[in-house]
Formats: sequence, structure tokens, C-alpha cells
Amino acid sequence: MLLNDVLEAHGYDFLEYSHASIKRRITRLYSLDSFVSFAEFRYAIKTDKQYFKRFLEEITVNVTEMFRDPTFYKSLRNDVLPVLGTYPFIRIWVAGCSTGEEAYSLAILLKELNLLNKSLIYATDINPSVLEKAKKGMFPLNYLKGYSENYVQSGGVKDFSSYYTANYSLVKFDESLNSKMIFSTHNLVSDHSFNEFQLILCRNVLIYFDKDLQHKVFNLFDNSLEKLGYLALGSKESLDFWANAKDYKRIRNEKIWRKL
Amino acid sequence: MAETLTQGKCSALVIGGSAGSLDVLLEIFPSLSVNINFPIILVTHRKAGNDSLLTELLKNRTSLTVREAEEKEKLLPGYVYIAPADYHLLVENDHTISLDYSEKVNYSRPSIDVTFQSAAEIFKNELVCILLSGSNADGVEGLKTVNKYDGLVLIQNPETASMAYMPQQAVNEVKPHIILDSYKMAGYINGLIHK
Repeated sequence: MLLNDVLEAHGYDFLEYSHASIKRRITRLYSLDSFVSFAEFRYAIKTDKQYFKRFLEEITVNVTEMFRDPTFYKSLRNDVLPVLGTYPFIRIWVAGCSTGEEAYSLAILLKELNLLNKSLIYATDINPSVLEKAKKGMFPLNYLKGYSENYVQSGGVKDFSSYYTANYSLVKFDESLNSKMIFSTHNLVSDHSFNEFQLILCRNVLIYFDKDLQHKVFNLFDNSLEKLGYLALGSKESLDFWANAKDYKRIRNEKIWRKL
Repeated sequence: MAETLTQGKCSALVIGGSAGSLDVLLEIFPSLSVNINFPIILVTHRKAGNDSLLTELLKNRTSLTVREAEEKEKLLPGYVYIAPADYHLLVENDHTISLDYSEKVNYSRPSIDVTFQSAAEIFKNELVCILLSGSNADGVEGLKTVNKYDGLVLIQNPETASMAYMPQQAVNEVKPHIILDSYKMAGYINGLIHK
């Protein structure tokens, strides 16, 4: 019922999200914000624009990391990007980029392979406020130790701290990295394909969608991916069971598929 | 104290454990009956990256099918599903599994609370949950939810658990419950098999 309100009043469709996850997010927010009653909570979501902004921010999951799953980034570095490097121009879509950690990780890889200047990373998310954060390229200092370890495990050999400057509790990543990023809102549920890419990264987004919606999004990616382009998913996500999966070939043991 | 499920039928068993729980699992698994006719979900705290290790260890100790849980996979009787490192595991209405990479709960992902609570809402009074050895309080809130839905709460005896804190918190805060020593657990689980 609440999600019907959200669709009618704000145009965001969460009806095909995994029920258990979204219910947990909603219950969590309801108790976090100490509403007197669920009806009041529902009314605020429906009518209060400011509160809806918070709702959107809180019920979508925005937990992410730099160089998460180091072996995945190693495979990008060694198997995927060198192939894309033979193209005159590289277009990459990071779908559901949240606060941008993966887009910045990717930019670092491209930079180290001397490909960043001919690349463009389109980083999109349903949620405008996380994109604002992503644009700034500032991340909490206390996470950087873990990110730096991930970076090394993924095959990075530079001094990770050369990519950012620390400023109190935040670090700011070098502007050369986000100079090649375009940030924009995009809703995987309702928005269409907007370009053709050679690499699409969408990691730990589809786990929140039900099977039907996952398949719709795979079709969207399929329409947005050049022949011989690559699609990268999260460590527990898979193209299996999707009708067109046979047109894709998996790369090594990673969750990376190449369109044939 | 509820000694058995009110309906007498176990539709799912969830086992949660942290520090010191691996030994218990290794003790329980060889004695599990092949006739177990409900799914078993295992949520244990461990470092990311060593996923297949636990699966392999347990696989070698039982003839039940043991696998790391896949996203949207349907829970089947006689199968053991291990929550993957770094994801919360939730259960959907249609008894499929959802994985969730949201904030840690009790400094843990997977969190035992998250799976206990989610399973309780779905399986209600046909759910059995066991909390094993551990050194934080994850699982305690979840067991309260299990009780609220009339599921059955089993707790490893804190006196014989290698890390008493987690089971002791549960014993203090969750009532009713049954306390079990690890050597009795396999027998108890086999006793949940329904006709």
C-alpha cells in the first residue's frame, strides 16, 4: 500500500523490488524516525517532499566500497580493460553507482592503464542525493585503510594515497579522476537505454529486484551494450536463467560476461 | 516452557553462530539424518573471502546437500544453505532467498538477527532457530522475534559453549527457550523430522 502511494505520488516504482529486503528497509526507517503511527509515516511519505527525499535515500541501499572483491578488479585490469583499450574511445556505464566508490575505482584502473583520457564513465543512480556525494569524490578517511588493502589485492602497485588528499575526517580524490565522469539520475525500473557502452557495471543492485525485474533490467543492459561489450555484476548475481544468457560468455570465474 | 513447536511441524531450521561455533557445526553435521525434510539455513560470522571453506568442510561431513546460498534460490527440504560472507540473508514469501548488502547489524554481515527475524515472519510457528557459541549479541533480538511468532528457540548451553557471551545473552533475554549441549543437538534436530 505504501509503495503504491510512492508510485502514485512520486513516480518511483518499488513494486518489483524483493519484498523481504524492502520491507526490512521500510520497517527500519519507520522505527528510526519514531513516528507516532504507521499512518502518519505513510502520510509524510506521500505529502512531504523533504521527507520523501529521506525515504528514497534510506530505503535504497547505499553501502559500497572501493575495489570491493579485489579479484573482480584484477580481472577488469588484466582481462577486460586491455581489450577495451584497443578501441578509440571507451564508454562505461556504472548503473546504480550510489556514492561513487566503484566509479572512482574504475577511474584509477583506467588511469594506470593510460586509458582514462579516452574514456567516459557514466555514473547513474535512482537517488539524486547520493549522486551529489559521488560528484564530490570525498570519502570517510577511516574507510581508506580497507580500500587501500583492496587496491593492493586487486593488483594495484602504486601508492594508493597518491590518489587523494586527506582533510580532517574526509579524503578527496584527485579531480583528474572525476573529470571523466558524468553523473546523472537514472531509474533502472522505468528509464530507457540512453547510450551504447562497451562496459556496464551494475554490482549489488539487482539483488534487490525480483526475478522479473532483473530480467527486464538485463534486457535494458543488452540494449545498451555494444557487441563484444562486457557486463559486470555483483559477486552473488548472475545472468543464468535470463532468456538471452546464451548470447553471453562468462569471463573466468568472475561475474563478468562478454556479449557475443 | 515450549518444548516443541505448537504445530509439531518444522518447516525451516536456522542456525546462527559466531566465535566458537564451527566446532559445534562439525560435531553436529556427521550425525544429521539424511531424512531431514526441512531446509537448514546457516548464518555464521566470518571474514569475507573464505566462502567456500566452510561449505567444503560441512559438505564432507554429511550426505545432505550443502551449498552457499544463491540469490533468489528456493529453499528445499533436506538442503543446507550457508549465508554467504558479507551478505545478509532474508527469506521471501515464496520461500526463496534474498541477499542484501545493506549496513552491518551488530557489526556483522551476515547478521544472525536479520535472518532469524526474516525467517520468523515467513515460517512463524513452524520455525526452529538455534543460537550457538559467540562473543557478541547478534541473534538475541532475532530470537525474540522468533518467539513472538511462536517459533521454537534453542540455545547452546553457555556453560559448555567455547564463547559463552552470545548464548548467555540469549538465555537472559529470550524466553521461553530450550538449552542444549552440543552433543544433543543433532539428535534434537533429527527429532524435528515430520511425517
